Amino acid sequence: MLRFLIGRLAILIPTFIGVSLIAFSFIRLLPGDPVMLMSGERVMAPERHAEVMHDLGLDRPVYVQYLDYLSNVVQGDLGASIVTKRPVLQEFGTLFPATLELSLCAILFAIVLGIPAGIFAAVKRGTWFDQSVMGVALVGYSMPIFWWGLLLIVLFSNTLHWTPVSGRIGLMYFFKPVTGFMLIDSLLSGQPGAFKSAASSLILPTIVLGTIPLAVIARQTRSAMLEVLGEDYVRTARSKGLAPLRVVGLHALRNAMIPVVTSIGLQVGVLLGGAILTETIFSWPGIGKWMVDAVFKRDYTVVQGGLLLIAGIIMVVNLIVDLMYGLINPRIRH
Amino acid sequence: MKKMSVLLAATVLASAMASAAWSKTLVYCSEGSPEGFDPGIYTAGTTFDASSRTVYSRLVEFQHGKTEIEPGLAESWTVSDDGTVYTFKLRPGVKFQATEFFTPSRDLNADDVVFSFERQLKADSPWAKYVAGVSYEYAAGMGFPDLIKSVEKVDDLTVKFTLNHPEAPFLADLAMDFASVLSKEYADKLQADGKMEQMNQMPLGTGPYTFVAYQPDAVIRYKANETYFKGKEKIDDLVFAITPDASVRAQKLKAGECHIMPYPNAADIKDLQTDSNLKVLEQPGLNVSYLAYNTLQAPFDKAEVRKALNMAINKQAIVEAVFQGAGQVAKNPIPPTMWSYNDAIKDDAYNPTEAKAMLEKAGVKDLSMKIWAMPVSRPYMLNARRAAELMQADLAKVGVKVDIVTHEWAEYLKLSKDKARDGAAILGWTGDNGDPDNFLDTLLGCEAVGGNNRAQWCNKEFDDLVKKAKKTADVAERTKLYEQAQVVFKKEAPWATIDHSTEFVPMSAKVSGFVQDPVGVHRFDGVDIAE
Repeated sequence: MLRFLIGRLAILIPTFIGVSLIAFSFIRLLPGDPVMLMSGERVMAPERHAEVMHDLGLDRPVYVQYLDYLSNVVQGDLGASIVTKRPVLQEFGTLFPATLELSLCAILFAIVLGIPAGIFAAVKRGTWFDQSVMGVALVGYSMPIFWWGLLLIVLFSNTLHWTPVSGRIGLMYFFKPVTGFMLIDSLLSGQPGAFKSAASSLILPTIVLGTIPLAVIARQTRSAMLEVLGEDYVRTARSKGLAPLRVVGLHALRNAMIPVVTSIGLQVGVLLGGAILTETIFSWPGIGKWMVDAVFKRDYTVVQGGLLLIAGIIMVVNLIVDLMYGLINPRIRH
Repeated sequence: MKKMSVLLAATVLASAMASAAWSKTLVYCSEGSPEGFDPGIYTAGTTFDASSRTVYSRLVEFQHGKTEIEPGLAESWTVSDDGTVYTFKLRPGVKFQATEFFTPSRDLNADDVVFSFERQLKADSPWAKYVAGVSYEYAAGMGFPDLIKSVEKVDDLTVKFTLNHPEAPFLADLAMDFASVLSKEYADKLQADGKMEQMNQMPLGTGPYTFVAYQPDAVIRYKANETYFKGKEKIDDLVFAITPDASVRAQKLKAGECHIMPYPNAADIKDLQTDSNLKVLEQPGLNVSYLAYNTLQAPFDKAEVRKALNMAINKQAIVEAVFQGAGQVAKNPIPPTMWSYNDAIKDDAYNPTEAKAMLEKAGVKDLSMKIWAMPVSRPYMLNARRAAELMQADLAKVGVKVDIVTHEWAEYLKLSKDKARDGAAILGWTGDNGDPDNFLDTLLGCEAVGGNNRAQWCNKEFDDLVKKAKKTADVAERTKLYEQAQVVFKKEAPWATIDHSTEFVPMSAKVSGFVQDPVGVHRFDGVDIAE
């Protein structure tokens, strides 16, 4: 186990260097620069443009900029946003909890509904239940997020008034963030109604963000279960007279879970990278929109720092997923 | 004794509840996050709405809904005969906001004004580059470092600006967002504490609303400035709910979750107008969209060719298709709401037959040209691609083959100003200060060729007129000069002027006192909301 962990940590370093190289070069390959973009249609005088580029160190050779950046990163300094002038780490720290909270809720929603749906669809293969679950999954997978989100808003917020339109919590609640997780902070604040507001604000974005993972997990579970249910040892267990629930729930499921857990891990990685569309519709202040806006504004430091941080998080998630294999299947214990 | 304390507690509770009940909150669904809160270092309207218009004040201000100037922090001013010395008398007793992060110990005085301008003008000011990459872009763009010789304190309530040459739009420039007045005391404290970046994160000014908190990308909170020199605002709490998607903003407005929203989708406007709980303010924007020919490139160096092409384009159809009617065809480079607009000028009639004849007469046969279309939606041009397609079809009818070219926005801005640009480019402009100079000289003056002058057009007659108009403060004389300049422009046709778009601000019917600003910023002073 220890060797496994050390091995994985060792891979982190070259991976980070690779990510930083990609982040650094890709954003600079895009035409335009952040200084010019800040003035928009107003054309900046070339001398002033050169001056500001010099202040930001952007007129140095790229490899010099890169090595300088790398040496700062190693010391924990990811630089400051070229646009807002705030430290990248600070901006990430403020925005990431929102993404994390929403992603966790979305993946939970997807797992809690998706896995049972997939199991039943597999067990009841060929029946109307199976067909409708897979049909719904296909629709969920194909739906444009923008449209789905707006539809839910029009129905649940504006017609039925069951949920707020957007935002993490009602505007009348104002308290200093402690953890950054609105559900926890609202409880800690002690303000009456705050938790309820935070929870109800989470409902629609969770559904919207969780729809595609739900569809993927349901289909994945179904196919994994079908494969396992066809195995000899399942037939053996059945012929031994074991209760169907035990056969399915204990023997079959545990083996089916490995590809499903992999799929979940990948989904989590995608979600944690920020859900730009969901964040835009629900005015959810997360890192997805932050990163995309940074690319449009050529905010080099934010793009670089953001990619490094997200890559780090995804690596941690993958590590957890790998460790979980050991839990599910003793043969894979590291 | 116990009864007394219970009574006391009940009274305190009751009055607390009463004051909470009376607290008026206005929610504005803004379209994006501010880049920061220092209005000197940014140029985006979104940032100004959240900083200069709420927290700060200026020496002079635009009258509500107009581009005329009225006293602000300066209660009066005199201009020397030669137009180079402006002396402002500051209003006494103006207080800076008291906040959780700083308590000012004195009223506004000349030191604050001098500081606010010198930091933007002097390269050796400690605030010149207080954070990496800081550039006082607006001040530089308006030519302030070259224009202003000195800003001096005469006495505590008198400030003198000495200019290097007369500049008629100078007063209008001082009403602009970048000319907001900061607190020198606060600045000195931040500098001493080594926290200068805080100026951009926690602003402090003399404006109608005091900054309370900013949750990045989510909410900005302000409360009414108790000591505002024009009297405390009727709104107690002002909240900006940052809502990037226009459809969602409309939904929030309809649901009553916000009271005012900017930049609705053209498609949503009708729905919002018919909602009985809402009202939609509209007014022509202080903007223009145009197709700039490259007048250095043959055959576009001939005025007859440009005129002919203008006559081939059906501008009304573009306004209908692209703006869904929310705009008006442009005949001049300045919008009709601007003073000195020459209404006597006749627009190029849409006449493809005549256009074809004119092209033939000019010796143009089988012309192939490029039209550059912006990839992004701007307030003055909602869909350049669509406009370009319509122009392509129109020009095909007169035998001109058009290729539509586009680049990513940053690249577009960069390449379109190149003197060697191949083709005509669609672009536009929103006015900064309500002064015609801001359009005519900035976009069409000789000095702007290779820069803001996308037509690369340098016409001596036109340039002389606009340069002369800069030098005199006599409005009547300036009007005459600008009217003449527009006549020259029409004759030479360096652009096909496309349209001036309408700006809409939908809001709850309960809101009163909100006036649309011609320059496009959103002001909340004087706004009230019925309970």
